Amino acid sequence: MKQFKGRVVTPGTCEARAVVSHGGFNTLASLQKALQFGDKTAKVSDQNNPDLFGKPIAGKALCLPKTIGSTTGGMVLYCACEMNRNPKCMLFSERIDSLACAGSVLASVWSKNPMVVIDELGDEFLDYVRDDMLIRISEDGTVSVE
Amino acid sequence: MKLTKEQEAILNGEKGETLAKVMKTLVMYGEAFGADKMVEVTSKYNHLVTSFGLGVMDPIYELMDTLLKEGAVSGQKFTVDPRPLDKNVPSSLLQNLVFKVFMYNKQEFYEKQLKELGLLEEDAFTCTCYMSEVGNTPEKGDVLSWSESSAVVYANSVLGARCNRNSGIIDLMGSIVGYVPYFGLLTDEGRKADWIVRVKTTKKPEAQLLGSAIGMKVMEDVPYVYGLNEWLGEELNDEACTYLKDFGAATASNGAVGLYHIDKLTPEAREAGEKLIRKGAKEYIIDDAELQRVYDSYPVVWKDKNAKPKLCFMGCPHMSLQQLKDWTERIEENLKKYGNSQVQIPTVFTAAPAVIRQFKETEYYPRLEKTGIILSYICPLMYMNNPLCGKMPVITSSNKLRTYTTSRYYTDDEITMQLCKGGL
Repeated sequence: MKQFKGRVVTPGTCEARAVVSHGGFNTLASLQKALQFGDKTAKVSDQNNPDLFGKPIAGKALCLPKTIGSTTGGMVLYCACEMNRNPKCMLFSERIDSLACAGSVLASVWSKNPMVVIDELGDEFLDYVRDDMLIRISEDGTVSVE
Repeated sequence: MKLTKEQEAILNGEKGETLAKVMKTLVMYGEAFGADKMVEVTSKYNHLVTSFGLGVMDPIYELMDTLLKEGAVSGQKFTVDPRPLDKNVPSSLLQNLVFKVFMYNKQEFYEKQLKELGLLEEDAFTCTCYMSEVGNTPEKGDVLSWSESSAVVYANSVLGARCNRNSGIIDLMGSIVGYVPYFGLLTDEGRKADWIVRVKTTKKPEAQLLGSAIGMKVMEDVPYVYGLNEWLGEELNDEACTYLKDFGAATASNGAVGLYHIDKLTPEAREAGEKLIRKGAKEYIIDDAELQRVYDSYPVVWKDKNAKPKLCFMGCPHMSLQQLKDWTERIEENLKKYGNSQVQIPTVFTAAPAVIRQFKETEYYPRLEKTGIILSYICPLMYMNNPLCGKMPVITSSNKLRTYTTSRYYTDDEITMQLCKGGL
Protein backbone atom coordinates (compact mmCIF):
# COMPACT_ATOMS: atom_id res chain seq x y z
CA MET A 1 0.00 0.00 0.00
CA LYS A 2 1.16 3.51 -0.76
CA GLN A 3 -0.19 6.89 0.31
CA PHE A 4 -0.27 10.13 -1.65
CA LYS A 5 -1.22 13.57 -0.37
CA GLY A 6 -3.17 15.86 -2.66
CA ARG A 7 -5.19 19.06 -2.52
CA VAL A 8 -8.90 18.85 -1.80
CA VAL A 9 -10.99 20.45 -4.58
CA THR A 10 -14.36 19.10 -3.41
CA PRO A 11 -14.26 17.34 -0.06
CA GLY A 12 -15.43 13.95 1.18
CA THR A 13 -14.33 10.39 1.89
CA CYS A 14 -14.62 7.56 -0.57
CA GLU A 15 -13.59 3.99 -1.41
CA ALA A 16 -13.55 2.68 -4.99
CA ARG A 17 -11.60 0.64 -7.55
CA ALA A 18 -9.26 2.58 -9.81
CA VAL A 19 -9.51 3.16 -13.54
CA VAL A 20 -6.48 4.93 -14.93
CA SER A 21 -5.98 7.29 -17.86
CA HIS A 22 -2.39 8.30 -18.50
CA GLY A 23 -3.42 10.83 -21.15
CA GLY A 24 -5.90 13.69 -20.85
CA PHE A 25 -9.48 12.57 -20.22
CA ASN A 26 -11.73 14.07 -22.90
CA THR A 27 -14.97 14.46 -20.93
CA LEU A 28 -17.42 15.03 -23.77
CA ALA A 29 -15.89 12.39 -26.04
CA SER A 30 -15.74 9.92 -23.14
CA LEU A 31 -19.20 10.34 -21.61
CA GLN A 32 -21.53 11.57 -24.34
CA LYS A 33 -22.71 8.12 -25.40
CA ALA A 34 -23.24 6.94 -21.83
CA LEU A 35 -25.36 9.99 -21.09
CA GLN A 36 -27.33 9.88 -24.31
CA PHE A 37 -28.11 6.21 -24.51
CA GLY A 38 -28.74 5.05 -21.00
CA ASP A 39 -25.46 3.25 -20.25
CA LYS A 40 -25.50 3.27 -16.44
CA THR A 41 -21.96 1.86 -16.28
CA ALA A 42 -20.67 4.84 -18.32
CA LYS A 43 -18.37 3.01 -20.74
CA VAL A 44 -15.83 5.43 -22.17
CA SER A 45 -16.55 6.27 -25.82
CA ASP A 46 -13.39 8.25 -26.60
CA GLN A 47 -11.60 6.40 -29.40
CA ASN A 48 -8.45 8.46 -28.75
CA ASN A 49 -8.01 7.20 -25.20
CA PRO A 50 -6.46 3.71 -25.42
CA ASP A 51 -6.34 3.38 -21.61
CA LEU A 52 -10.07 3.84 -21.11
CA PHE A 53 -11.89 3.21 -24.41
CA GLY A 54 -14.76 0.79 -23.71
CA LYS A 55 -14.15 0.61 -19.94
CA PRO A 56 -16.94 1.51 -17.47
CA ILE A 57 -16.12 4.38 -15.12
CA ALA A 58 -19.36 4.92 -13.16
CA GLY A 59 -18.69 4.36 -9.45
CA LYS A 60 -14.93 4.04 -10.02
CA ALA A 61 -11.99 6.11 -8.83
CA LEU A 62 -10.95 7.86 -12.04
CA CYS A 63 -7.20 8.55 -11.92
CA LEU A 64 -5.96 11.00 -14.54
CA PRO A 65 -3.58 13.86 -15.25
CA LYS A 66 -6.34 16.31 -16.31
CA THR A 67 -9.37 16.61 -18.57
CA ILE A 68 -9.23 17.99 -22.10
CA GLY A 69 -11.55 18.89 -24.98
CA SER A 70 -14.85 20.71 -25.37
CA THR A 71 -16.02 23.35 -22.91
CA THR A 72 -19.21 21.36 -22.43
CA GLY A 73 -16.96 19.22 -20.18
CA GLY A 74 -18.01 20.63 -16.81
CA MET A 75 -21.67 20.50 -17.68
CA VAL A 76 -21.30 16.90 -18.83
CA LEU A 77 -19.67 15.97 -15.50
CA TYR A 78 -22.48 17.72 -13.60
CA CYS A 79 -25.10 15.79 -15.61
CA ALA A 80 -23.23 12.53 -15.01
CA CYS A 81 -23.45 13.23 -11.25
CA GLU A 82 -27.16 14.07 -11.38
CA MET A 83 -27.76 10.87 -13.37
CA ASN A 84 -25.57 8.68 -11.12
CA ARG A 85 -23.22 7.82 -13.97
CA ASN A 86 -20.23 9.67 -12.58
CA PRO A 87 -16.94 8.32 -11.28
CA LYS A 88 -17.17 8.07 -7.48
CA CYS A 89 -14.13 10.29 -7.26
CA MET A 90 -11.65 11.97 -9.58
CA LEU A 91 -7.97 11.94 -8.69
CA PHE A 92 -5.74 14.29 -10.65
CA SER A 93 -1.98 13.92 -10.72
CA GLU A 94 -1.69 17.54 -11.90
CA ARG A 95 -3.55 20.70 -10.89
CA ILE A 96 -7.17 20.38 -11.95
CA ASP A 97 -8.15 22.05 -15.24
CA SER A 98 -10.91 24.66 -15.48
CA LEU A 99 -13.50 22.36 -17.09
CA ALA A 100 -13.21 19.51 -14.59
CA CYS A 101 -13.16 22.06 -11.80
CA ALA A 102 -16.38 23.62 -13.09
CA GLY A 103 -18.06 20.21 -13.19
CA SER A 104 -16.85 19.31 -9.69
CA VAL A 105 -17.97 22.64 -8.24
CA LEU A 106 -21.35 22.56 -10.02
CA ALA A 107 -21.95 19.08 -8.58
CA SER A 108 -20.78 20.19 -5.14
CA VAL A 109 -23.06 23.26 -5.00
CA TRP A 110 -26.09 22.17 -7.06
CA SER A 111 -26.24 18.34 -7.13
CA LYS A 112 -27.50 15.83 -4.59
CA ASN A 113 -24.71 13.52 -5.72
CA PRO A 114 -21.40 15.41 -5.48
CA MET A 115 -18.04 13.81 -6.33
CA VAL A 116 -14.93 13.76 -4.20
CA VAL A 117 -12.17 15.46 -6.18
CA ILE A 118 -8.48 15.63 -5.24
CA ASP A 119 -5.75 17.16 -7.41
CA GLU A 120 -1.96 17.68 -7.36
CA LEU A 121 -1.24 14.06 -6.40
CA GLY A 122 1.95 14.10 -8.48
CA ASP A 123 3.35 12.07 -11.37
CA GLU A 124 4.39 9.31 -8.97
CA PHE A 125 0.73 8.66 -8.16
CA LEU A 126 -0.15 8.09 -11.81
CA ASP A 127 2.95 5.93 -12.33
CA TYR A 128 2.00 3.75 -9.34
CA VAL A 129 -1.76 3.30 -9.62
CA ARG A 130 -3.17 0.51 -11.84
CA ASP A 131 -6.69 -0.46 -12.90
CA ASP A 132 -8.67 -2.27 -10.15
CA MET A 133 -6.39 -1.19 -7.29
CA LEU A 134 -8.40 -0.20 -4.21
CA ILE A 135 -8.47 3.54 -3.54
CA ARG A 136 -9.38 5.08 -0.17
CA ILE A 137 -9.67 8.85 0.27
CA SER A 138 -9.56 10.69 3.60
CA GLU A 139 -11.10 14.12 4.32
CA ASP A 140 -7.68 15.79 4.28
CA GLY A 141 -6.91 14.66 0.70
CA THR A 142 -4.77 11.66 1.59
CA VAL A 143 -5.20 8.92 -1.02
CA SER A 144 -4.30 5.30 -0.12
CA VAL A 145 -3.69 2.91 -3.00
CA GLU A 146 -3.45 -0.87 -2.58
CA MET B 1 -10.75 35.51 -2.20
CA LYS B 2 -11.35 39.16 -1.39
CA LEU B 3 -14.83 40.20 -2.50
CA THR B 4 -16.33 43.66 -2.84
CA LYS B 5 -19.24 44.59 -0.56
CA GLU B 6 -21.67 43.98 -3.41
CA GLN B 7 -20.21 40.54 -4.19
CA GLU B 8 -20.14 39.66 -0.48
CA ALA B 9 -23.81 40.63 -0.15
CA ILE B 10 -24.78 38.35 -3.04
CA LEU B 11 -22.77 35.50 -1.52
CA ASN B 12 -24.47 36.03 1.84
CA GLY B 13 -27.90 35.65 0.29
CA GLU B 14 -29.06 39.27 0.39
CA LYS B 15 -30.29 38.88 -3.20
CA GLY B 16 -31.80 35.44 -2.67
CA GLU B 17 -30.64 31.89 -2.18
CA THR B 18 -30.23 31.09 -5.88
CA LEU B 19 -27.96 34.07 -6.61
CA ALA B 20 -25.98 33.17 -3.47
CA LYS B 21 -25.43 29.68 -4.91
CA VAL B 22 -24.40 31.18 -8.26
CA MET B 23 -21.82 33.36 -6.49
CA LYS B 24 -20.65 30.44 -4.34
CA THR B 25 -20.10 28.38 -7.51
CA LEU B 26 -17.96 31.14 -9.05
CA VAL B 27 -16.00 31.71 -5.83
CA MET B 28 -15.24 27.99 -5.37
CA TYR B 29 -14.30 27.75 -9.05
CA GLY B 30 -11.91 30.70 -8.73
CA GLU B 31 -10.41 29.64 -5.42
CA ALA B 32 -9.36 26.30 -6.91
CA PHE B 33 -7.05 28.34 -9.17
CA GLY B 34 -5.86 30.79 -6.54
CA ALA B 35 -8.02 33.69 -7.75
CA ASP B 36 -7.84 36.51 -5.20
CA LYS B 37 -10.67 38.63 -6.63
CA MET B 38 -13.56 38.75 -9.06
CA VAL B 39 -13.39 41.10 -12.06
CA GLU B 40 -16.16 42.68 -14.07
CA VAL B 41 -17.27 41.08 -17.34
CA THR B 42 -16.75 43.87 -19.91
CA SER B 43 -17.76 42.36 -23.25
CA LYS B 44 -21.02 43.53 -24.84
CA TYR B 45 -22.34 39.99 -25.36
CA ASN B 46 -21.78 36.53 -23.94
CA HIS B 47 -21.48 33.19 -25.76
CA LEU B 48 -22.78 29.95 -24.28
CA VAL B 49 -22.59 26.26 -24.88
CA THR B 50 -25.44 24.46 -23.31
CA SER B 51 -27.19 21.25 -24.07
CA PHE B 52 -28.29 21.21 -27.73
CA GLY B 53 -31.83 20.25 -26.68
CA LEU B 54 -30.69 16.77 -25.68
CA GLY B 55 -33.46 15.02 -23.78
CA VAL B 56 -31.02 13.36 -21.38
CA MET B 57 -29.57 16.67 -20.20
CA ASP B 58 -32.56 17.20 -17.91
CA PRO B 59 -30.34 18.26 -14.98
CA ILE B 60 -29.24 21.28 -17.04
CA TYR B 61 -32.80 22.31 -17.95
CA GLU B 62 -33.80 21.96 -14.30
CA LEU B 63 -30.88 24.13 -13.23
CA MET B 64 -31.78 26.73 -15.88
CA ASP B 65 -35.39 26.64 -14.70
CA THR B 66 -34.27 27.27 -11.14
CA LEU B 67 -32.29 30.30 -12.33
CA LEU B 68 -35.25 31.63 -14.34
CA LYS B 69 -37.74 31.21 -11.49
CA GLU B 70 -35.52 33.30 -9.24
CA GLY B 71 -35.06 35.95 -11.92
CA ALA B 72 -31.37 35.07 -12.21
CA VAL B 73 -31.18 35.85 -15.93
CA SER B 74 -28.13 36.82 -17.94
CA GLY B 75 -26.92 40.38 -17.57
CA GLN B 76 -25.86 40.27 -21.21
CA LYS B 77 -27.57 39.11 -24.36
CA PHE B 78 -25.79 36.05 -25.72
CA THR B 79 -25.17 33.88 -28.74
CA VAL B 80 -25.19 30.12 -28.32
CA ASP B 81 -23.76 27.02 -30.02
CA PRO B 82 -25.48 25.71 -33.19
CA ARG B 83 -28.82 23.98 -33.49
CA PRO B 84 -28.53 20.21 -33.96
CA LEU B 85 -31.04 19.55 -36.74
CA ASP B 86 -31.89 20.75 -40.23
CA LYS B 87 -34.27 18.96 -42.60
CA ASN B 88 -31.94 19.80 -45.52
CA VAL B 89 -29.17 17.57 -44.16
CA PRO B 90 -29.55 14.01 -45.46
CA SER B 91 -30.91 11.51 -42.94
CA SER B 92 -32.98 8.34 -43.12
CA LEU B 93 -36.41 7.78 -41.55
CA LEU B 94 -34.84 5.76 -38.75
CA GLN B 95 -32.14 8.34 -38.12
CA ASN B 96 -34.83 11.02 -37.94
CA LEU B 97 -36.77 8.96 -35.45
CA VAL B 98 -33.71 8.71 -33.20
CA PHE B 99 -33.00 12.44 -33.62
CA LYS B 100 -36.49 13.60 -32.77
CA VAL B 101 -37.76 11.01 -30.29
CA PHE B 102 -34.63 9.95 -28.39
CA MET B 103 -32.09 12.74 -28.80
CA TYR B 104 -33.15 16.33 -29.37
CA ASN B 105 -36.69 16.08 -28.02
CA LYS B 106 -36.12 19.07 -25.73
CA GLN B 107 -34.94 21.48 -28.44
CA GLU B 108 -38.12 23.59 -28.48
CA PHE B 109 -38.27 23.76 -24.68
CA TYR B 110 -34.58 24.60 -24.49
CA GLU B 111 -34.85 27.42 -27.06
CA LYS B 112 -37.72 28.90 -25.05
CA GLN B 113 -35.49 28.87 -21.96
CA LEU B 114 -32.66 30.54 -23.91
CA LYS B 115 -34.99 33.33 -25.09
CA GLU B 116 -36.08 33.98 -21.50
CA LEU B 117 -32.47 33.98 -20.34
CA GLY B 118 -31.35 36.54 -22.98
CA LEU B 119 -30.71 35.02 -26.44
CA LEU B 120 -29.39 37.79 -28.74
CA GLU B 121 -31.51 36.94 -31.80
CA GLU B 122 -33.94 34.27 -32.95
CA ASP B 123 -31.18 32.46 -34.89
CA ALA B 124 -28.08 33.41 -32.88
CA PHE B 125 -26.94 29.77 -32.99
CA THR B 126 -23.34 29.25 -34.11
CA CYS B 127 -19.93 28.29 -32.74
CA THR B 128 -18.34 31.18 -34.70
CA CYS B 129 -20.18 34.00 -32.94
CA TYR B 130 -17.13 36.27 -33.34
CA MET B 131 -17.58 36.63 -37.10
CA SER B 132 -18.56 40.14 -38.21
CA GLU B 133 -21.77 38.85 -39.85
CA VAL B 134 -22.92 37.47 -36.48
CA GLY B 135 -21.85 40.53 -34.52
CA ASN B 136 -20.58 39.09 -31.24
CA THR B 137 -16.99 40.28 -31.68
CA PRO B 138 -15.29 41.33 -28.44
CA GLU B 139 -12.73 44.12 -28.29
CA LYS B 140 -9.08 43.58 -27.40
CA GLY B 141 -8.73 43.44 -23.61
CA ASP B 142 -12.43 42.70 -22.98
CA VAL B 143 -13.08 40.29 -20.11
CA LEU B 144 -15.44 37.51 -21.20
CA SER B 145 -17.48 34.81 -19.51
CA TRP B 146 -17.65 32.70 -22.69
CA SER B 147 -17.45 28.99 -23.24
CA GLU B 148 -17.16 26.94 -26.50
CA SER B 149 -13.56 25.89 -26.78
CA SER B 150 -13.09 27.00 -30.40
CA ALA B 151 -14.61 30.44 -29.72
CA VAL B 152 -12.64 30.99 -26.51
CA VAL B 153 -9.30 30.18 -28.15
CA TYR B 154 -10.15 32.49 -31.07
CA ALA B 155 -11.26 35.35 -28.83
CA ASN B 156 -8.11 35.08 -26.71
CA SER B 157 -5.61 34.55 -29.51
CA VAL B 158 -6.88 36.42 -32.57
CA LEU B 159 -8.95 39.16 -30.91
CA GLY B 160 -6.83 39.64 -27.77
CA ALA B 161 -9.84 39.37 -25.44
CA ARG B 162 -9.44 37.68 -22.06
CA CYS B 163 -11.38 34.55 -21.21
CA ASN B 164 -10.75 31.30 -19.40
CA ARG B 165 -11.84 27.98 -20.87
CA ASN B 166 -15.09 28.13 -18.96
CA SER B 167 -17.50 25.28 -18.97
CA GLY B 168 -21.15 25.49 -19.98
CA ILE B 169 -23.32 26.90 -17.14
CA ILE B 170 -20.27 28.58 -15.55
CA ASP B 171 -20.38 30.86 -18.63
CA LEU B 172 -23.99 31.78 -17.86
CA MET B 173 -23.33 32.25 -14.14
CA GLY B 174 -20.54 34.78 -14.81
CA SER B 175 -22.97 36.76 -16.91
CA ILE B 176 -25.73 36.57 -14.29
CA VAL B 177 -23.66 38.18 -11.52
CA GLY B 178 -21.52 40.22 -13.94
CA TYR B 179 -18.20 39.03 -12.50
CA VAL B 180 -15.72 36.22 -13.17
CA PRO B 181 -12.87 35.01 -10.96
CA TYR B 182 -9.52 36.51 -11.88
CA PHE B 183 -7.09 33.73 -12.78
CA GLY B 184 -5.42 31.93 -15.68
CA LEU B 185 -5.92 33.50 -19.08
CA LEU B 186 -7.36 36.68 -17.57
CA THR B 187 -3.97 37.55 -16.06
CA ASP B 188 -0.82 38.79 -17.83
CA GLU B 189 1.19 35.96 -16.27
CA GLY B 190 -1.30 33.32 -17.40
CA ARG B 191 -0.99 34.52 -20.99
CA LYS B 192 2.72 33.79 -21.20
CA ALA B 193 3.89 30.93 -23.38
CA ASP B 194 5.11 27.63 -21.92
CA TRP B 195 6.08 26.24 -25.32
CA ILE B 196 8.03 27.47 -28.31
CA VAL B 197 6.73 25.81 -31.47
CA ARG B 198 8.82 26.08 -34.62
CA VAL B 199 7.01 25.35 -37.88
CA LYS B 200 9.56 24.13 -40.44
CA THR B 201 7.38 22.57 -43.12
CA THR B 202 8.12 22.77 -46.84
CA LYS B 203 4.56 23.89 -47.67
CA LYS B 204 1.74 25.67 -45.86
CA PRO B 205 0.63 23.20 -43.19
CA GLU B 206 -3.01 22.15 -43.01
CA ALA B 207 -4.57 24.30 -40.29
CA GLN B 208 -6.48 21.43 -38.72
CA LEU B 209 -3.47 19.08 -38.77
CA LEU B 210 -1.02 21.61 -37.36
CA GLY B 211 -3.50 22.58 -34.63
CA SER B 212 -4.01 18.92 -33.75
CA ALA B 213 -0.25 18.29 -33.49
CA ILE B 214 0.24 21.31 -31.23
CA GLY B 215 -2.84 20.54 -29.10
CA MET B 216 -1.75 16.97 -28.48
CA LYS B 217 1.76 18.12 -27.53
CA VAL B 218 1.13 21.15 -25.31
CA MET B 219 -2.30 20.12 -23.92
CA GLU B 220 -3.57 23.15 -21.93
CA ASP B 221 -0.36 25.19 -22.11
CA VAL B 222 0.14 28.35 -24.15
CA PRO B 223 2.29 27.90 -27.29
CA TYR B 224 4.24 30.66 -29.04
CA VAL B 225 4.46 29.66 -32.69
CA TYR B 226 7.33 30.70 -34.97
CA GLY B 227 7.39 30.22 -38.71
CA LEU B 228 3.68 30.33 -39.42
CA ASN B 229 3.83 33.98 -40.45
CA GLU B 230 5.84 32.83 -43.48
CA TRP B 231 2.71 31.09 -44.72
CA LEU B 232 0.02 33.40 -43.34
CA GLY B 233 1.72 36.78 -43.69
CA GLU B 234 1.75 39.42 -41.02
CA GLU B 235 -1.76 40.82 -41.34
CA LEU B 236 -4.92 39.43 -39.78
CA ASN B 237 -6.90 39.41 -43.02
CA ASP B 238 -9.83 37.11 -43.88
CA GLU B 239 -7.54 34.31 -45.03
CA ALA B 240 -5.36 34.39 -41.92
CA CYS B 241 -8.37 34.62 -39.56
CA THR B 242 -10.08 31.68 -41.25
CA TYR B 243 -6.89 29.64 -40.98
CA LEU B 244 -6.51 30.53 -37.30
CA LYS B 245 -10.19 29.66 -36.64
CA ASP B 246 -9.61 26.10 -37.86
CA PHE B 247 -6.12 25.83 -36.37
CA GLY B 248 -7.34 27.01 -32.96
CA ALA B 249 -10.34 24.68 -32.89
CA ALA B 250 -7.99 21.75 -33.44
CA THR B 251 -5.59 22.89 -30.68
CA ALA B 252 -8.55 23.21 -28.29
CA SER B 253 -10.25 19.90 -29.09
CA ASN B 254 -7.20 17.68 -29.63
CA GLY B 255 -5.63 19.22 -26.56
CA ALA B 256 -7.01 21.93 -24.28
CA VAL B 257 -5.38 25.09 -25.62
CA GLY B 258 -7.14 28.32 -24.65
CA LEU B 259 -4.62 30.77 -26.10
CA TYR B 260 -1.82 30.70 -28.67
CA HIS B 261 0.50 33.38 -29.95
CA ILE B 262 1.62 33.47 -33.58
CA ASP B 263 4.88 35.37 -34.02
CA LYS B 264 4.43 38.66 -35.91
CA LEU B 265 0.71 38.02 -36.45
CA THR B 266 -1.59 37.76 -33.42
CA PRO B 267 -2.09 40.99 -31.45
CA GLU B 268 -0.15 40.22 -28.29
CA ALA B 269 2.73 38.62 -30.21
CA ARG B 270 2.94 41.72 -32.39
CA GLU B 271 3.08 43.94 -29.30
CA ALA B 272 5.31 41.99 -26.95
CA GLY B 273 7.03 39.34 -29.12
CA GLU B 274 9.46 37.11 -27.26
CA LYS B 275 8.69 38.80 -23.94
CA LEU B 276 5.60 36.57 -23.91
CA ILE B 277 7.75 33.44 -23.65
CA ARG B 278 8.33 32.06 -20.18
CA LYS B 279 11.88 31.27 -19.08
CA GLY B 280 12.58 27.57 -19.59
CA ALA B 281 9.81 27.12 -22.18
CA LYS B 282 9.89 23.72 -23.87
CA GLU B 283 10.42 23.42 -27.61
CA TYR B 284 8.47 21.49 -30.25
CA ILE B 285 9.65 21.38 -33.85
CA ILE B 286 7.10 20.58 -36.53
CA ASP B 287 8.31 19.50 -39.94
CA ASP B 288 6.67 17.49 -42.75
CA ALA B 289 7.59 14.19 -41.08
CA GLU B 290 6.04 15.22 -37.76
CA LEU B 291 2.79 16.24 -39.43
CA GLN B 292 2.72 12.90 -41.28
CA ARG B 293 3.35 11.06 -37.99
CA VAL B 294 0.40 12.85 -36.38
CA TYR B 295 -1.84 12.18 -39.40
CA ASP B 296 -0.91 8.49 -39.37
CA SER B 297 -1.66 8.23 -35.65
CA TYR B 298 -5.39 8.92 -36.08
CA PRO B 299 -7.36 5.74 -35.49
CA VAL B 300 -9.89 4.79 -38.19
CA VAL B 301 -12.86 3.34 -36.37
CA TRP B 302 -15.04 2.50 -39.35
CA LYS B 303 -16.12 -1.14 -39.40
CA ASP B 304 -14.98 -1.40 -43.03
CA LYS B 305 -11.90 0.78 -43.31
CA ASN B 306 -12.19 0.75 -47.12
CA ALA B 307 -15.86 1.72 -47.23
CA LYS B 308 -16.96 4.34 -49.72
CA PRO B 309 -17.85 7.50 -47.75
CA LYS B 310 -21.59 8.15 -47.51
CA LEU B 311 -21.39 11.72 -46.30
CA CYS B 312 -18.90 14.56 -45.97
CA PHE B 313 -19.07 17.40 -43.43
CA MET B 314 -17.11 20.63 -43.81
CA GLY B 315 -17.44 23.45 -41.31
CA CYS B 316 -16.60 22.43 -37.77
CA PRO B 317 -16.17 25.15 -36.61
CA HIS B 318 -18.64 26.90 -38.93
CA MET B 319 -17.18 28.17 -42.22
CA SER B 320 -16.51 31.83 -42.86
CA LEU B 321 -18.03 33.75 -45.80
CA GLN B 322 -14.67 33.80 -47.57
CA GLN B 323 -14.23 30.07 -46.94
CA LEU B 324 -17.59 29.35 -48.57
CA LYS B 325 -16.60 31.39 -51.61
CA ASP B 326 -13.14 29.80 -51.86
CA TRP B 327 -14.53 26.28 -51.55
CA THR B 328 -17.18 26.99 -54.20
CA GLU B 329 -14.42 27.89 -56.64
CA ARG B 330 -12.25 24.98 -55.57
CA ILE B 331 -15.05 22.46 -56.05
CA GLU B 332 -16.06 23.91 -59.43
CA GLU B 333 -12.48 23.77 -60.72
CA ASN B 334 -11.93 20.21 -59.57
CA LEU B 335 -15.29 18.90 -60.81
CA LYS B 336 -14.32 20.25 -64.22
CA LYS B 337 -10.86 18.66 -63.94
CA TYR B 338 -12.31 15.22 -63.18
CA GLY B 339 -15.17 15.49 -65.67
CA ASN B 340 -18.02 15.51 -63.16
CA SER B 341 -20.86 17.99 -62.78
CA GLN B 342 -21.76 17.32 -59.14
CA VAL B 343 -19.94 16.11 -56.03
CA GLN B 344 -19.60 12.33 -55.85
CA ILE B 345 -20.37 12.09 -52.12
CA PRO B 346 -23.33 13.81 -50.41
CA THR B 347 -21.71 16.84 -48.82
CA VAL B 348 -22.80 19.41 -46.23
CA PHE B 349 -21.09 22.75 -45.64
CA THR B 350 -22.03 24.30 -42.30
CA ALA B 351 -21.93 27.99 -41.38
CA ALA B 352 -23.61 30.49 -39.05
CA PRO B 353 -27.16 31.47 -40.05
CA ALA B 354 -26.02 35.10 -40.47
CA VAL B 355 -23.13 34.02 -42.73
CA ILE B 356 -25.49 31.82 -44.77
CA ARG B 357 -27.84 34.79 -45.23
CA GLN B 358 -25.00 36.91 -46.63
CA PHE B 359 -23.64 34.07 -48.76
CA LYS B 360 -27.06 33.61 -50.35
CA GLU B 361 -26.89 37.19 -51.59
CA THR B 362 -23.65 36.54 -53.50
CA GLU B 363 -23.23 35.05 -56.97
CA TYR B 364 -21.48 32.07 -55.34
CA TYR B 365 -24.62 30.58 -53.77
CA PRO B 366 -26.29 29.31 -56.98
CA ARG B 367 -22.87 28.06 -58.10
CA LEU B 368 -22.45 26.07 -54.88
CA GLU B 369 -25.99 24.71 -55.20
CA LYS B 370 -25.18 23.55 -58.74
CA THR B 371 -22.34 21.38 -57.41
CA GLY B 372 -24.86 19.48 -55.26
CA ILE B 373 -23.41 20.67 -51.96
CA ILE B 374 -25.92 21.35 -49.18
CA LEU B 375 -25.55 24.44 -47.01
CA SER B 376 -26.71 24.15 -43.40
CA TYR B 377 -26.46 25.82 -39.97
CA ILE B 378 -26.27 22.65 -37.86
CA CYS B 379 -23.55 21.36 -35.57
CA PRO B 380 -22.13 18.32 -37.43
CA LEU B 381 -21.04 16.89 -34.08
CA MET B 382 -24.65 16.72 -32.93
CA TYR B 383 -25.58 14.93 -36.16
CA MET B 384 -22.80 12.38 -35.74
CA ASN B 385 -23.79 11.69 -32.14
CA ASN B 386 -26.80 9.79 -33.44
CA PRO B 387 -25.54 6.17 -33.20
CA LEU B 388 -27.12 5.35 -36.57
CA CYS B 389 -25.18 8.22 -38.16
CA GLY B 390 -22.05 7.21 -36.24
CA LYS B 391 -22.11 3.85 -38.00
CA MET B 392 -21.94 5.54 -41.40
CA PRO B 393 -18.58 6.15 -43.08
CA VAL B 394 -18.44 9.94 -42.84
CA ILE B 395 -15.45 12.03 -43.88
CA THR B 396 -14.44 15.49 -42.75
CA SER B 397 -11.61 18.00 -42.82
CA SER B 398 -12.36 18.89 -39.18
CA ASN B 399 -10.06 17.54 -36.53
CA LYS B 400 -12.60 18.53 -33.88
CA LEU B 401 -15.28 16.40 -35.53
CA ARG B 402 -12.80 13.53 -35.89
CA THR B 403 -11.92 13.72 -32.20
CA TYR B 404 -15.49 13.55 -30.93
CA THR B 405 -17.06 11.17 -33.45
CA THR B 406 -16.41 8.21 -35.76
CA SER B 407 -15.80 10.48 -38.74
CA ARG B 408 -12.54 10.14 -40.64
CA TYR B 409 -10.19 13.06 -41.17
CA TYR B 410 -8.77 13.94 -44.58
CA THR B 411 -6.73 16.94 -45.64
CA ASP B 412 -8.34 19.61 -47.80
CA ASP B 413 -6.66 18.20 -50.93
CA GLU B 414 -7.86 14.69 -50.12
CA ILE B 415 -11.39 15.90 -49.40
CA THR B 416 -11.41 17.73 -52.73
CA MET B 417 -10.37 14.52 -54.54
CA GLN B 418 -12.97 12.47 -52.69
CA LEU B 419 -15.73 14.91 -53.56
CA CYS B 420 -14.81 15.73 -57.14
CA LYS B 421 -13.15 12.55 -58.41
CA GLY B 422 -15.06 10.07 -56.25
CA GLY B 423 -12.02 8.59 -54.47
CA LEU B 424 -8.34 9.11 -53.75
